[in-house]
Amino acid sequence: MAAVAQARQTALAARLAALALPEGGVTRAARAAALARVQAMGLPTRRDEYWRYTDPSSLTAPAAAPAALFDAQDEAPIFAALDRLTLVFVDGIFDPEASDPLELSGVEIARLAEADRADLHWAQGLYGVLEAAGQNPVARPLAALNTAAATDGALIRVTAAAARPVHLVYEHKSKTSDVILHHCVKIEPGADLTLLETGPAGARFNKVMEVDVAAGGRFHHVRVQGRDHDRRAATHIFARLAAGALFKSFTLTANGVLTRNEAVIDIAGDDAVAHVAGAALGDGSVGPFLHDDTVFITHGAERGESRQVFKKVLKHGATGVFQGKILVTPGAQKTDGYQISQSLLLDDDCQFLAKPELEIYADDVKCSHGSTTGALDDTALFYLRSRGVAHDEAVGLLVLSFLADAIAEIENETIQAEIVALLEGWLARHRG
Amino acid sequence: MLEIKNLHVKLEEEDKVILKGVNLTIEPGTVHAIMGPNGSGKSTMSYVLSGRDGYEVTAGSATLDGADLLAMAPEERAAAGLFLAFQYPVEIPGVGNMTFLRTAVNSQRKARGEPEISAGDFLKLVREKAKTLKIDADMLKRPVNVGFSGGEKKRNEILQMAMLEPKMCILDETDSGLDVDAMKLVSDGVNALRDAGRSFLVITHYQRLLDHIKPDVVHIMADGRIIKTGGPELALEVEKNGYADILAEVL
Repeated sequence: MAAVAQARQTALAARLAALALPEGGVTRAARAAALARVQAMGLPTRRDEYWRYTDPSSLTAPAAAPAALFDAQDEAPIFAALDRLTLVFVDGIFDPEASDPLELSGVEIARLAEADRADLHWAQGLYGVLEAAGQNPVARPLAALNTAAATDGALIRVTAAAARPVHLVYEHKSKTSDVILHHCVKIEPGADLTLLETGPAGARFNKVMEVDVAAGGRFHHVRVQGRDHDRRAATHIFARLAAGALFKSFTLTANGVLTRNEAVIDIAGDDAVAHVAGAALGDGSVGPFLHDDTVFITHGAERGESRQVFKKVLKHGATGVFQGKILVTPGAQKTDGYQISQSLLLDDDCQFLAKPELEIYADDVKCSHGSTTGALDDTALFYLRSRGVAHDEAVGLLVLSFLADAIAEIENETIQAEIVALLEGWLARHRG
Repeated sequence: MLEIKNLHVKLEEEDKVILKGVNLTIEPGTVHAIMGPNGSGKSTMSYVLSGRDGYEVTAGSATLDGADLLAMAPEERAAAGLFLAFQYPVEIPGVGNMTFLRTAVNSQRKARGEPEISAGDFLKLVREKAKTLKIDADMLKRPVNVGFSGGEKKRNEILQMAMLEPKMCILDETDSGLDVDAMKLVSDGVNALRDAGRSFLVITHYQRLLDHIKPDVVHIMADGRIIKTGGPELALEVEKNGYADILAEVL
């Protein structure tokens, strides 16, 4: 074990040597504490239990591996048709010119990079707090490193129903950009926000988002991670839900060498609802593809509902990973926990690695999980073709059919339609 | 219309011969029925004609208006005017019935070099055809066949047939799992589509369906061959006496 601990520390030392840690203004204390946390943990290696399926070395390396810039060509800017407020980050740096004025009814928005100049007591109480709480029982060193080293991000406080969705747009314009962003979202009691995220952000992207939803608050999150073949990303969402709060998150991932999306959700108040869903599409013929969804949901209160719906479509050597856990603490009675992870393998070269976990200490709960992996249904394919639908188009319809449960987790129908259009575009480009 | 000559078919995966020399000619505007004991090869013939994987044609031919069906992909056969109403229609969660219907109609039009049908025209057409089959708006909106009753699934097959307007329709045990009223509804749907340019091949175990869809010709299939052909009275004979007499007579 000493060798593993040593390897973690060596990786951390090299990584820290390549970073300039910001002083951080109001986040200074939180950053110092995070640095101490990551120093105690070191950075992950393949020998860590939660990194067995996904090699973290390119995420922990001192520098980002270069990633070719990607031209989306025919694709219209995502969510452009929605009435929304956009914040643009170019290689991790906020671009005020390209962004909308940070004014929105019911919402206060500030930049993390300017947090030292603003009166942001609420952010002081959130920055690094949920991340720190989420380190137990599973260590998440990349998130602690993020809290210590994040250079920018959005601090969003929602006090009423937001007039429009807030859209974080991530652009990737430098081949070697190594981006560390940290967002905080505080939903006050009864307030409501839809947050959109799109784009690749950089060659390598380390992102943490902490979301604190107060009693009766509602948070909807829809993310599209960018089609760049070479990009790498390690993202964390830490959420805490008070009584009656709602949290719904959906992520579409198409392409990318390596994506690790972690969601750590604490259902702390009674009657709260947390749904996390994802659809990932990987085509190994355009480059290596590994997509990893790692989820940890803690039911710490009564009558909580959680749903995890993760679907992966893999072809030509792509790899999918799912590690999902539901923890029901003593006293979290009447919990309703559900988890499904499925992969559709479009050929024989792909692999799907799944580790579902349930840990239940309350006796009056309903928890279920399922995991499947399989090929397209020949009978269904023949049925569609017998109606005149060409082979590739029929495959496309069946892929959409496979993903339907995950897409259905998006409540807004306009956004849902846009996600379906993106999927159709991807399917049309990745035939055969 | 449809011409099958000396068709021999075996399963691709194993050395099991299913069709052992089927000959069948269907003229335009006629309704042919095929009856026969279980395992005689009726469903296999419908699958082979519509292009399902898993079968190997070892001899013979099948043509639709002179075009070689066996050389075409399933979607090409559909565009050429062939339609198979499935015995067990497939459920496709997450794909709306309307989306499916419009994709199918437009795919066939595209394959034939015709322009796509506009969303408005399509909607009008589908509503009109659905109404006669007592298919309500809710069934059109739901995912393809998901949660449909047996009767609804079969009606949905006939709706697809009505929308796609094929020349040659094969109905594979369309009466299975239907109650009396549903059978009448489905039969009325089929009869409404009968015309001089359209032919039907009705595979069934029961004479009862043929009371509603009146055939011009009835064939008896056994052990991979058509062993007897006659008029509607042949179906009545089977209903009354079973297959034993006919099988004995041929052997």
